[in-house]
Amino acid sequence: MEVSGWGRHPVTTADILEPVDSEMLKKIVTAQKKSDSLICRGAGRSYGDSSLADKIISSRFLDSFLELNETQNTIRCGAGVSLDAILKLCIPRGLFLKVVPGTRYVSVGGAIAADIHGKNHHVDGSFCNHVQSISLMLASGEIFFCSEHENSELFHASCGGMGLTGIIVDATIVLDKISSTSIQQQSLVANNLRECFDLLEENNSSKYSVAWLDCLSRGNELGRSMVFLGEHVDASQSKQNSNSTLKYRASRGINIPFSTPGFLINKLSMSIFNKTYFNLKKAGKQKSNVNYNSFFFPLDNIGIANWNKLYGSKGFVQYQFVIPSDAAFEGIQQVLNKVSSAGKGSFLSVLKKFGPENKNLLSFPKEGYTLALDFKREEQIFPLLDELDQIILEHDGRIYLTKDARMSEAVFKAGYSNWEDFLKIKTQFDPSCIFASKQSNRLGLS
Amino acid sequence: MNIVIIGATSAIAKASARIYAERNESLFLIARNESRLVELCSDLKVRGAKSVGTAMLDINKFNEHEKALDSAAEFLGSIDIALICHGSLPNQQQVEINFKSAQKEINTNGVSVISLLTILSEKFITQGHGTIAVITSVAGDRGRQPNYVYGAAKSMVSTYLQGLRGRLFPHKVNIVDIRPGLVDSPMTAGMKKGALWSSPEKVASKIVKGIDNGKHTIYAPAYWRLIMIIVCAFPEFIFKRLKF
Ligand SMILES: Cc1cc2nc3c(=O)[nH]c(=O)nc-3n(C[C@H](O)[C@H](O)[C@H](O)COP(=O)(O)OP(=O)(O)OC[C@H]3O[C@@H](n4cnc5c(N)ncnc54)[C@H](O)[C@@H]3O)c2cc1C
Ligand SMILES: NC(=O)c1ccc[n+]([C@@H]2O[C@H](COP(=O)([O-])OP(=O)(O)OC[C@H]3O[C@@H](n4cnc5c(N)ncnc54)[C@H](OP(=O)(O)O)[C@@H]3O)[C@@H](O)[C@H]2O)c1
Repeated sequence: MEVSGWGRHPVTTADILEPVDSEMLKKIVTAQKKSDSLICRGAGRSYGDSSLADKIISSRFLDSFLELNETQNTIRCGAGVSLDAILKLCIPRGLFLKVVPGTRYVSVGGAIAADIHGKNHHVDGSFCNHVQSISLMLASGEIFFCSEHENSELFHASCGGMGLTGIIVDATIVLDKISSTSIQQQSLVANNLRECFDLLEENNSSKYSVAWLDCLSRGNELGRSMVFLGEHVDASQSKQNSNSTLKYRASRGINIPFSTPGFLINKLSMSIFNKTYFNLKKAGKQKSNVNYNSFFFPLDNIGIANWNKLYGSKGFVQYQFVIPSDAAFEGIQQVLNKVSSAGKGSFLSVLKKFGPENKNLLSFPKEGYTLALDFKREEQIFPLLDELDQIILEHDGRIYLTKDARMSEAVFKAGYSNWEDFLKIKTQFDPSCIFASKQSNRLGLS
Repeated sequence: MNIVIIGATSAIAKASARIYAERNESLFLIARNESRLVELCSDLKVRGAKSVGTAMLDINKFNEHEKALDSAAEFLGSIDIALICHGSLPNQQQVEINFKSAQKEINTNGVSVISLLTILSEKFITQGHGTIAVITSVAGDRGRQPNYVYGAAKSMVSTYLQGLRGRLFPHKVNIVDIRPGLVDSPMTAGMKKGALWSSPEKVASKIVKGIDNGKHTIYAPAYWRLIMIIVCAFPEFIFKRLKF
């Protein structure tokens, strides 16, 4: 069957296996030969080739809730459970995930394997900072319980390990208590990149913060942006009563059956950005209570479930990198200059401030600033991205694996200084290297 | 409400059970795989089921049917809904030439269901209320070359249900025949999926809605009713030449 990541590039032909329990999973894993690659796949929301291999194990049927502990605020569930399913279960019980990405439709396994981050990284760290333990199926078919205290080396290799150490079967996650699903949002305008950085810096104590950048603006306006800050509304402090505010809201857009010409996505995002930007500019600053869906998952709410098809039939590439704080402004300015003068980037990009890195060997976040840019896939962008890679490396940065479809082995190894330690642990637990993806083959990890 | 599900670890059953659990109903699950039963049991409790009981049963051990259903009745008290979900998709090439295999498949998909229905009917008549719902298949609507052994077993059940519906009507018991089309579940692993395929969750939501609304025959999703009208309309002299 033909499969791809969310960016729809690259596309590969793979056998997809869908085990219904760990017994069946074990049979698949232990029958695996070295000659072809095997990788786990959750919801397929990674953009590039990290969930692609000759054989793909889908976690879709490993989707049970195993235990909800409402005194300790933890949930244990199968790796195939989606964050959406967790929110649906937990919100009415006054619980929320500590870290959510820009879409609710990722699996727990994928969230752990990529150690994803949210708009609160500077305050709460990444997803795996709140993972108490995982059960990991190794190449031998054995299941190891891994946590900070038990098999901790394997734990820190597997959290952020992109599925290369084994298959996460289930996990225990610590949840946050909330009294309302509303987010008190504050929106601010930044006329250029400097102002944007200053606003993010000034509001470092805000629980959630993120900036939307117009990537095509140049000169004085380079980096013109909107900064969104957010806090959970405390129902006891507001007039709403909590019964009515702890409501899960589903929103699944329609599926479009075809790819649209690539320019539409820019038109769409440009019109959304401009409308909000100019309104905001008039108002100066805006405070409002918004539903958690529109604050965290705006892309899930545009009415089209498979909006990745809006980029055209060739798909797109997302490029997300982080640069440490002291070099971040300069590095990001250089990147934006390059992209805007090439006229290639998609209109909208997202800038975030990261807090300190954690102990996971291949986790992406580290103290600094991260920028995510989309590029419609066309041949000219690949040399441009190679040039951007050099800027990132010169500024001691690195590129996010779960978004990547094209970086070179050298760029990867230069950015991820723990790669050798990671490989040592992988080799210890997967000596025949049966777990491998198209990406890990490209990056010299398998 | 009190619900017993037979073949409870099937993907469609699991998705249906989850809907009932979210409504805080009580469930009793019957299936053959113990560890998966235990897992499903925790899942449904976390989702909000009021109580969940289980029993193990290999459906082809007909003499154990009564005991399993008795334990369901004992656990639940009265049974408001019985949902029969188990089934297996035979290897057609094999069952064409090997009667023993064909018999086994017909037992799994057909005869076992009739055994369960016989026992359930008595219980439901005594209660004087409830719904018995069975997953058959659009494959039972017309025999087709690639799956007629499966289709024959399913159509046997559908025919049986039509008669049983009349018999139980005076006892205020409704009989629902659920006919899914193509479902992307473990049963169809490895098949190429296309536009006509549905998820187990989608089919489950149709099942629960159909039971809620006291329907008789549910095509899941509904467009399969139209497709099957067309399939059944082909004259035999053309149909016998078709390979699908
Ligand atoms: C609209 C959108 C917004 C996003 N926003 C953010 C964001 O704000 N922050 C962020 O960090 N990311 C974000 N992402 C990226 C996304 O969170 C990650 O790519 C995540 O890994 C996707 O999870 P998945 O279940 O789809 O995994 P997949 O794409 O299926 O797999 C991703 C990786 O996880 C591995 N994996 C999956 N399941 C398992 C398992 N059970 N055991 C072992 N390995 C496994 C795979 O092998 C692969 O390497 C976004 C993606 C989209 C499409
Ligand atoms: N998938 C489709 O396209 C489709 C289309 C039309 C109708 N249907 C019908 O829908 C129903 C549910 O199927 P599904 O799609 O959800 O597939 P599934 O997940 O494979 O479910 C089939 C279930 O039947 C159980 N089973 C098989 N033989 C058994 C036996 N001897 N004893 C006990 N249990 C047995 C299996 O048990 P284990 O879990 O232990 O294996 C499994 O749980 C079936 O009746 C099927 O015929 C399916």
